[in-house]
Amino acid sequence: MLAWTIYLSFAGALVLALLPKGKPGLARVFALLIAAAGFAIAVAGFAAGMGHGRTTITDVMWVPSMGIHYMLAADGISRVLVLLTGLAATAGVLFSWNIEYRTNEFFAFFLALIGGVYGVFLSFDLFLLFVFYEIAIVPKYFLIAIWGSTRREYAAMKLALYSFVGSAMVLIALLAAYAASGSHSTTLDFLAHAGLSPHFQMWAFPLTFVGFGILAGLWPFHTWAPTGHVAAPTAASMVLAGVIMKLGAYGCLRVAMGLFPHGMDPWGFSFVGIGSWRDVFAILAVIGILYGALVALVQTDFKFVIGYSSVSHMGFVLLGLMTLNQIGLTGAVLQMYSHGVIAGLLFAIVGRIVYDRTHTRQFGDLERMHLLRRLPFAAWAFVIAGMASMGLPGFSGFVAELQVLVGSWHATPWWTVAAGVGIVVGVAYTWRALQKAFFTDLRPTAEDHPASGWHDLGAITWPEIAGFSLLTAATLVVGLYPRILLDAIEPAVKTFLAAGGAQ
Amino acid sequence: MNYADLFRAMLPETALEIAALLVVVVDLAFLRKAALNTRAAIAALLGIVGCLAGVWLMQGQGVATFSVDGTPGTALLVTGGYAAVAQIAILILTAFTLVLLLDSRFTRHVGEYVAVVLMSATGGLIICGAQDLLVIFVGLELLSLGLYILTAFAKRSGKSAEGALKYYLFGGMSAAFLLFGFSYLYGFAGSTNLQEVFAAIVAPDVSSSPLLYVALVAVAAGLGFKVAAFPFHLWAPDAYEGAPAPAAAFIASVSKVASFALLITITAAILPSRWSLLLVILAAASMFAGNLAALAQVSVRRLLAYSAIAHAGYMLLGLAYFSDRSRDALLYYIVTYALTTIGAFGVVGVVERATGTDRFDGFLGLNKRNPLLAAVLLVLFLSLAGIPPLVGFWAKFNLFAAVLTTHASGLSFALVALAVGFSAVSLYYYLQVLKRAFVMAPTDESRIKVDPVVMLVLLLIAAAVVVLGCFPALLQNWIGIASKAF
Amino acid sequence: MNGMNGFPILTLLTALPVVGAIIALFTGKHARGVAMITALATLALSLVVWMHLPANGSIGLIEHHAWAPSLGIEYQLGVDGLGALMLVLSAIVALMAIDASHRVHHGAGLYFCLVLLLLSGLIGTFTALNFYHWFLYWELSLIPAFFLIKLWGGPKRGPAATQFFVYTMAGSVGLLLAFLAIFLVTGSMDFEHLTLLALTGELEQMVAAHLGAHVMLWLAILALAGFAVKVPLMPFHTWLPAAYSEAPSPVTMLLTGTMSKMGVYGLLRIALPLFGHQIAQMRTPLLVLAVMTVVMGAWASAAQKDLKRIFAYSSINHLGYCQLAIFALAIPATGAAMQASQAAALNGVILQMFNHGITAAALFWFISMIQMRSGGLRGVDDFGGLRKVAPVLAGLMGFALFSSLGLPGLNGFVGEFLIFRGVFPLSWVAGTISVLGLLVTAAVILTVIQKVFTGPVPERWATFPDMHPGERLSVAPVIGLMVLIGLVPQLITDSVNPTVVNLLAHWRF
Repeated sequence: MLAWTIYLSFAGALVLALLPKGKPGLARVFALLIAAAGFAIAVAGFAAGMGHGRTTITDVMWVPSMGIHYMLAADGISRVLVLLTGLAATAGVLFSWNIEYRTNEFFAFFLALIGGVYGVFLSFDLFLLFVFYEIAIVPKYFLIAIWGSTRREYAAMKLALYSFVGSAMVLIALLAAYAASGSHSTTLDFLAHAGLSPHFQMWAFPLTFVGFGILAGLWPFHTWAPTGHVAAPTAASMVLAGVIMKLGAYGCLRVAMGLFPHGMDPWGFSFVGIGSWRDVFAILAVIGILYGALVALVQTDFKFVIGYSSVSHMGFVLLGLMTLNQIGLTGAVLQMYSHGVIAGLLFAIVGRIVYDRTHTRQFGDLERMHLLRRLPFAAWAFVIAGMASMGLPGFSGFVAELQVLVGSWHATPWWTVAAGVGIVVGVAYTWRALQKAFFTDLRPTAEDHPASGWHDLGAITWPEIAGFSLLTAATLVVGLYPRILLDAIEPAVKTFLAAGGAQ
Repeated sequence: MNYADLFRAMLPETALEIAALLVVVVDLAFLRKAALNTRAAIAALLGIVGCLAGVWLMQGQGVATFSVDGTPGTALLVTGGYAAVAQIAILILTAFTLVLLLDSRFTRHVGEYVAVVLMSATGGLIICGAQDLLVIFVGLELLSLGLYILTAFAKRSGKSAEGALKYYLFGGMSAAFLLFGFSYLYGFAGSTNLQEVFAAIVAPDVSSSPLLYVALVAVAAGLGFKVAAFPFHLWAPDAYEGAPAPAAAFIASVSKVASFALLITITAAILPSRWSLLLVILAAASMFAGNLAALAQVSVRRLLAYSAIAHAGYMLLGLAYFSDRSRDALLYYIVTYALTTIGAFGVVGVVERATGTDRFDGFLGLNKRNPLLAAVLLVLFLSLAGIPPLVGFWAKFNLFAAVLTTHASGLSFALVALAVGFSAVSLYYYLQVLKRAFVMAPTDESRIKVDPVVMLVLLLIAAAVVVLGCFPALLQNWIGIASKAF
Repeated sequence: MNGMNGFPILTLLTALPVVGAIIALFTGKHARGVAMITALATLALSLVVWMHLPANGSIGLIEHHAWAPSLGIEYQLGVDGLGALMLVLSAIVALMAIDASHRVHHGAGLYFCLVLLLLSGLIGTFTALNFYHWFLYWELSLIPAFFLIKLWGGPKRGPAATQFFVYTMAGSVGLLLAFLAIFLVTGSMDFEHLTLLALTGELEQMVAAHLGAHVMLWLAILALAGFAVKVPLMPFHTWLPAAYSEAPSPVTMLLTGTMSKMGVYGLLRIALPLFGHQIAQMRTPLLVLAVMTVVMGAWASAAQKDLKRIFAYSSINHLGYCQLAIFALAIPATGAAMQASQAAALNGVILQMFNHGITAAALFWFISMIQMRSGGLRGVDDFGGLRKVAPVLAGLMGFALFSSLGLPGLNGFVGEFLIFRGVFPLSWVAGTISVLGLLVTAAVILTVIQKVFTGPVPERWATFPDMHPGERLSVAPVIGLMVLIGLVPQLITDSVNPTVVNLLAHWRF
């Protein structure tokens, strides 16, 4: 049933491409229906899968001569991420309600992107996973290049090329693994049990991890992210930071760690405390947490703050992955969900609610616009989103970060300390953004506030309220009652750790 | 020598020749007063019928070897097996390129044009099945001479003449090298039959001889020219740029298929490690040169030329690490690549006629001017870049997997890694054109008109690219089964 | 047992203000009415809870559900005498604050929504028995307070709110880290379970085994930091004067009446049970800080000219007594006499929490009344002879002022008496020096009375309006309560004392 999320999205994209132009209203409604349907299926699939381990959805031979299967399946981790995708898709459509330029094509590319993402999360054949992973690249390019803002063509090309290079690295590893395992099959199950030699895994692991890590915002391969997020139109930023970066992390988990676990074994020698690829990536993750946070602290463009904060939050995911223990991995997956929703919320506010009305993202300008009075919805929405982003209890981020910290403490205490510092800096930059954009202490000058009254900034529309409510509920429910997701994630992580043979 | 057998073996070639003569006769005799469109349509139609007849005739051929006195040592031609695959591909692709003639205005001599195309195609067919050095050479020359003429066909264009001249001069020299190399091989073997040559060169005293190396290098030079491998590629950009669009489509597709089929034959026959080494060097150099040079282009035709060089590089890897599996993968690659290229040149031709230029800027706003054409362009270029689920991706994956399965060593792995890396680079330049078509605003918003039949064929090609990419087993199985028979 | 006879009254008590907050948000003009009704209902419920406390002083009305067992998170609520008293206090002060907010200049709906959310956070903090939910409410009460200061405060509200936020956050981080460490070591976040572990010394051993020899001491310091900022303990108090004076008076009432009590509650519910031994080890420096808080708080208030600032520092002083008693009793008891002193001190602390809450809130209420009538002026030198023009105001405020001073017969005396009764035997040095605080406070308050209420009436205040009937009606119950508790403190101590005994039995020094 979950496979219909993929098919519906692609079918929807095709139909949208063929719909008559000049009727943006029709396109929007249709896109919303498809996205919402996908979300509904994701919820239903999630509920149906509760208590079951991995369920296979389809498994047919695709290219028999090479043993490639068209295999779709879902375990707890997949279901949670599919749920996230449904949320991001629906919210993305809602927050793009005001797009008038080439509306059909916008939603067509958007749904194609979503379809590809669903596909990655549900694929259990490496070749199929790779195909979906690559399918997602081209719509991204066009979404940014056509409907983006600052330096969009440059940002789009950078993003496309970085993603493609990353996937090229994965392709190389895929080809090598296929050949090394006797060229029988490309399913994840087969490759995981194919007895690939530790020597092979020792280089296949970093290659794959970095290949996927590029998309996950692994430092120092993250530079596409701030530029890309800032340039992208709101819905694309939401999906980019919210879901696409999770594709990368998912790939790191399912492929790199799942197929090449011995790549994380100690090398036998150690250099300034680094003795294995696991150490390397954990340190890079921690650097990412700190770097992203510190750089976010000095930005003058609102959207760049959020962009860098995404790099920082993804660092938590990657750190959680490298802990290789139950609680750390659980936290990583939960953080994937949590940050996906929160990032979507933040970009929606900055991009759609603020930028589309004020046409500026510079703090200097926003300070003088006194948005608290003119756009109170945006201000309060950002308060809530900011609280969630800071990791305040009651929102999903708190639980996730808690788990990652505990998990990383069990692994190596120093990482925890550094990550903790990152959280504190996170509070600081969110705070700063909040103050400067909405709660400034400046008094309005005569120039800002003419006697005739404030310049009208446009009322808040119902799609914005709906999208905001959807995402806030998504993070609040999980924050208050984390079991709703943990019950799905924990068994899946347990199985993963047991099967992986990882340390 | 039984001429009946020879005739049977060469039925498809005969069909093409008859079609070619028929076209000329019909055009000269009956269509002198007709409009150019009609003449072009009829000529193309006759050509296509000829091609299809050729395909039909191949059904009855089966797998057979035609030799002078019945022994393998004197075999001249084979039919069936992978040769048949290549031949069918050539016939179908030729048919497609003939369709492109319908929309073009570069010449009044449409009958002669179609005839030359068909004769070239005949040469291509001969090459596929050739088992003897001289037969190879004859087929190659038949193919090449036709191509030179086709390049020059746009009499009103200076670029056409320039391209053709470069092609001819370079080609002539390469043919000389090839013949020189063949003569050495004959010297070793005492016979021009490929089996005899192979037997001779694996003999210990010959295989270490430096003269063999000279021979192989000369042969590589000659053949490298045909497939536009670096450093024998200098003709390609100018020829691609100067030739009229349908002719360029033919050059880029059919001649490549034939040339690679030939390379497969020769590689299967001569397998010394030095030949592999040569191919590796050519492959690596072509990948580098083709991709890097393509980055700097501003003309779509030259872009396609350099990308052809790059693709030749990928394909040569399949030859360098030769096995049944890599052979099949190579066939898959070249056939689908050729199909995609025909489509690409089709689109380029249409845009050129509408905007007067083949520079990137001619594609500005194509999305608005003709959305269907833009969609076709999107599919084709992404396939060339290797984006799934299009056939170009599968072809690359299949080929690289075959290479690694055939011979997994540090070098082969490094080369595959290089190829994959360069594929990533190639996305950049393909996106440049797509960016113009979809993202940037048009300078001229008028609608671009396309002949309905041409549009249909382009759509068909795009659809094939998508379908074959989503269901790779379709073509793969056919190639696998057909080649095994050999 | 689940809740009160199976009825989840504590959850209801926490949820009720949230519902009220949402309703208030959307009813701009009537928001105050909605808030009043909600606060009254909360008060009623909290009194019901007070009635149903277990007689033996242990925690009752427990509600328990599994929440996220793999993380040691349980949904566990419960109250003993301490908690229930705080609930009643919160409800009363909230009611007072809402009553005092007649004229909200802008965004009334949002204002009352935030006040009610703050109330909910307070109730949550006083009832939660598992760190996850406790911390959730602790943090979440910070947000409405911040916005209440930031959006409705005085001229320097921006920096004041920021300082408030930053300090409290920093303290919370310390708390979080300490609990993370404890969770790492024990796998539990449950207060009762952890208290039992600490009582037997097992907690310390586990921490030493997993984390290292002196880590427990550091954890204690981290936890204390969180509470030290909130109460506050000098020198972590610097956020307070600015926040109290810039906040609108009703918000100040909430801040001083209830939020500071959160800190003391934390010390009693978390710090002493879990880190009793460590606190005993650090007793001397902590006593020094407490004494400093008492004395310097009083001294600083003497130097102020702004009425709000005077009583802001005075609050620091009054809460210093609580901390004095808490740190003084952190010593292993050798004999019944010492135990009696400890019990007295603890009783005093709890009483002082309640009494100071009400009294301080009342005082700021009166200040706001004065400020409204004076057109914004609230300097101590701005007034004079108000006794003549506004006798009712002077009289009622006088009650509050004398209660703050600690006059016997009023509620302020009882708590302070018990505290000193307990502290002197436990640490006579600290007790003696703290008496200075009493003296200085007395001087300050008498000075205030003299400058504001007595003496000649300046021209401009000739028409100073007195309290009108509505205001008298609102304030009277509070004053009545002050007198009542001053005369009959058993009303509270009878229910609190068993809890005190129970608490002391579970603390290991």
